[in-house]
Amino acid sequence: MTTATLEAAQQTKPAKQKVMLVEGNEAAALGVALARPDMVAVYPITPQSSLVEHVAKLIADGKMDADIVDAEGEHSVLSVLQGGALAGARTYTATCGPGLAFMFEPYFRTSGMRLPIVMSIVTRDGITPQSVWGGHQDAMTVREVGWVQVYCETVQEVLDTTIMAFKIAEHHDVMLPVNVCLDGNYLSYGTSRVELPNQEDVDAFMGVKDVNWHVALDPLRPMAVDPLTGGSGGKGPSTFVRYRKGQCRGMQNSLRVIEEVHAEWAQRFGRSFAPLVEEYRMDGADYAIMTLGSMTGAAKDAIDEARDAGKNVGLIKIKTFSPFPVEALLKSFAKIQALGVVDRSVGFRWNCGPMYQETMGVLYRLGRHIPSMSFIGGLAGADITVGHFHRVIEATEQLMSGPAPTEPVWLNEKD
Amino acid sequence: MVSFLRCSDREIRQLTNIYTPDCLICVDPTLARSVDIFSGLKPGGTLVQATNKPLAEVALSPNVATVGLCDAIGIALDIFRKPITNTLMLGAFARTTGVVSLEALKRSLEDSDFRDAGLKQNLLALERGYHETTVHTIERRVAA
Amino acid sequence: MRHTAYPMFNLKQADVPDDLSPVATEMSPMLPGDWRSMRPVVNRDKCVKCAVCWLYCPVQCVEEKPAWFDFNLKTCKGCGICANECPQRAITMVPEAA
Repeated sequence: MTTATLEAAQQTKPAKQKVMLVEGNEAAALGVALARPDMVAVYPITPQSSLVEHVAKLIADGKMDADIVDAEGEHSVLSVLQGGALAGARTYTATCGPGLAFMFEPYFRTSGMRLPIVMSIVTRDGITPQSVWGGHQDAMTVREVGWVQVYCETVQEVLDTTIMAFKIAEHHDVMLPVNVCLDGNYLSYGTSRVELPNQEDVDAFMGVKDVNWHVALDPLRPMAVDPLTGGSGGKGPSTFVRYRKGQCRGMQNSLRVIEEVHAEWAQRFGRSFAPLVEEYRMDGADYAIMTLGSMTGAAKDAIDEARDAGKNVGLIKIKTFSPFPVEALLKSFAKIQALGVVDRSVGFRWNCGPMYQETMGVLYRLGRHIPSMSFIGGLAGADITVGHFHRVIEATEQLMSGPAPTEPVWLNEKD
Repeated sequence: MVSFLRCSDREIRQLTNIYTPDCLICVDPTLARSVDIFSGLKPGGTLVQATNKPLAEVALSPNVATVGLCDAIGIALDIFRKPITNTLMLGAFARTTGVVSLEALKRSLEDSDFRDAGLKQNLLALERGYHETTVHTIERRVAA
Repeated sequence: MRHTAYPMFNLKQADVPDDLSPVATEMSPMLPGDWRSMRPVVNRDKCVKCAVCWLYCPVQCVEEKPAWFDFNLKTCKGCGICANECPQRAITMVPEAA
């Protein structure tokens, strides 16, 4: 956005916003309505169901002006949105768990085609053993498909981030689809106080819509969309490599764009969220624990209690998970001597949490070795309580003086 | 089926279940027979119980210090013709703990999606739940 | 009504990076009819314009004439489906080289 408009935003105080009591699913739906999509496609799946019900109701009540496609399954949901995006529509859907699995084929293609679709994932654990409750396994499973993924901590953050997601996705330096992840049950069905931004302020924030400037199914601009592309041997340097590098470039650009969009949001609406990584009480911390999503609330309470008891512990929370915020984490890791990472999902191949597995890659770049360990908790709707976090803090503290466990600690094992 | 509510002047950050409540609201008079509803209740805790029995016949745990009793089932059958005690117990909760006022509850009910007969019945349920709750304080004799 | 062909999308002119969404804007000059080992020949007296060949042709090369259907040899790839499907047996496949 231009310097003039940003300065104007800096001058204006945020207008008075309506205070409401809503569940996370309704907050997401309200955010979607404010972002003014042209087309939504929906299919219900626990714990997302009330989100698409709220969206459908907003459209039926005339509070949201979007075409709604009630597809027969999630595979069609995302395929239909791909067509919509290619025609220039701003598009949205929400899913999780088995629904996400069902839409994997178009999910894989959406990022390659650089379509700025926004999708809420109301994170749900993997379904076998059979579970309809919260976990991060579904979003984690698709972390390597080229979508931007951000995780929200509170219901307010869900509302605000859902709107910001469209602006991030449609930024010319990004042009990637975005997952806004909200914890199933905790955020989706947990009711909290939120402030609802005004439509005019969101319109000014969003700017001019320009979704298919770069690829389109448009008779006035004939082009072959996503033709067969070999890896090598064609005319000139490898086309396939060129596009993959472009995708990686978009992902790296998104780190900067996410920061810019969050900064603008803070100025316009008076609420700021750490865009990539949040540090909580990290000043003077000897060691830290790391969290993702809504579990962070209880973790912050535990950190406060531990600090009161004289422990020098801090908390690092990841908001932007894809792309992995390597530089931001290196800055935080530079302050500490030991790290405990709490995952809400399982990394079967490394026998630890997936976020821990990726963190080990960052630790490799640290330049000095610090001990670390993996905790897995909160699977299939189990709580990670303040008490569990105290166990995490104590075990991480012991890393500084004793051997690091090679197995993950399963927090709810005896619960 | 359990649901949880946290109420505070400061920011509430943890979103977990509540394992050590200050207050219990039990909307069914027979539940305590099969479930240990008092598990984790803090000492000096409050029970708001739907029942038509007098205090002497209500099972309590040693941690209960304040009890609010309301014949919510009976009143619900009177107002709604169905044993749905939710709004009544809200009124009983307000009366027993004072955490929220009857006026505030009525205002938020008017802000809700209830209309016409449904709104009138639920407003009446709040009133009757509030006024027809008896609050008892339990004296505990501590061994010397 | 004849369709007017619009010029192909020009990424450079539209200021679109060439490593963003994979699109092709240079159409190959090759056509399906560039090579063929057999070609269809229609017996105009037998043809009743039932349009079965038109329906089945995989490259849509069948063209309507006043009293019969004929084939656009620029596009026809000689697959023989039309001859196989024609209910009047009006189409014969003959060697292309002849």
